[in-house]
Amino acid sequence: MITLGRRYRFNAAHVLARLDWSPERNQAVYGKCANPAGHGHNYELHVTVCGEPDPETGMLLPAGKLDEIVVGRVVSQLHGKLLNRDVPAFEKEVPTAENISRFAWRALEGQVAPAKLWRVRLVETSNSAVECGEESR
Amino acid sequence: MQITRRMEFSASFRLWRADWDEARNREVFGPQAGRKEYGHNYSLEVTLRGEVDAQTGMVMDLKELKDLLEREVGQRFDHRNLNEDTPYFQNRAPTAENLARVVFDLLDEALPARLLKSIRLAPTEDLWVEVQR
Repeated sequence: MITLGRRYRFNAAHVLARLDWSPERNQAVYGKCANPAGHGHNYELHVTVCGEPDPETGMLLPAGKLDEIVVGRVVSQLHGKLLNRDVPAFEKEVPTAENISRFAWRALEGQVAPAKLWRVRLVETSNSAVECGEESR
Repeated sequence: MQITRRMEFSASFRLWRADWDEARNREVFGPQAGRKEYGHNYSLEVTLRGEVDAQTGMVMDLKELKDLLEREVGQRFDHRNLNEDTPYFQNRAPTAENLARVVFDLLDEALPARLLKSIRLAPTEDLWVEVQR
């Protein structure tokens, strides 16, 4: 079994709060992350694909090709954005690290042929990361 | 129980297949293919999985593992040109995928049976390949 991983970076702002909850409840659940003015992170996105390297080229998927797909479908959608306001997927869904990693998984699943999406790891700070994979989706 | 040891080695290579013409090489490996050598400081993480020896308290002596990695990987690949100085890339390109498989097979052969669980080979901090049993 062989996998290829690649790291991407983007910066984004978010507010962890549900519009259908009171400020007090948001504060109780999300703490300082619910501050209405928002806050930002320097995110890392680690995308891992699996498959069988092409016997001729020796590559699972050229890294440049993977870059095009991930940057186009995920990084450019999130970079420099206020996620709650600027990204339709987070109009109703709170942009937690869990939900952002799921957003990336959905955007990439089935798009990395001939390889197959194996794992998405979203690093929000150097102390926290979320992984989304075949088994934990 | 799993233990992991990391090492680095530096190697140069050309992504170029001698049995293809120039146009095909450039199409597959990009416009810079074969024009010149380039290289990486590879980071290699080797993970073993096994039982902890009741007497020594170790899966494997890490010094012994370090020496084995130096012998099997360091001496073969460090400060070498993968195309010219090693026998493994005559008929396949030294991509990260192919190099990782060569390294996995060499270590699997050198270590006690089934002790090797996986390796992670990273040509740069932004790109890595993992091979698992």
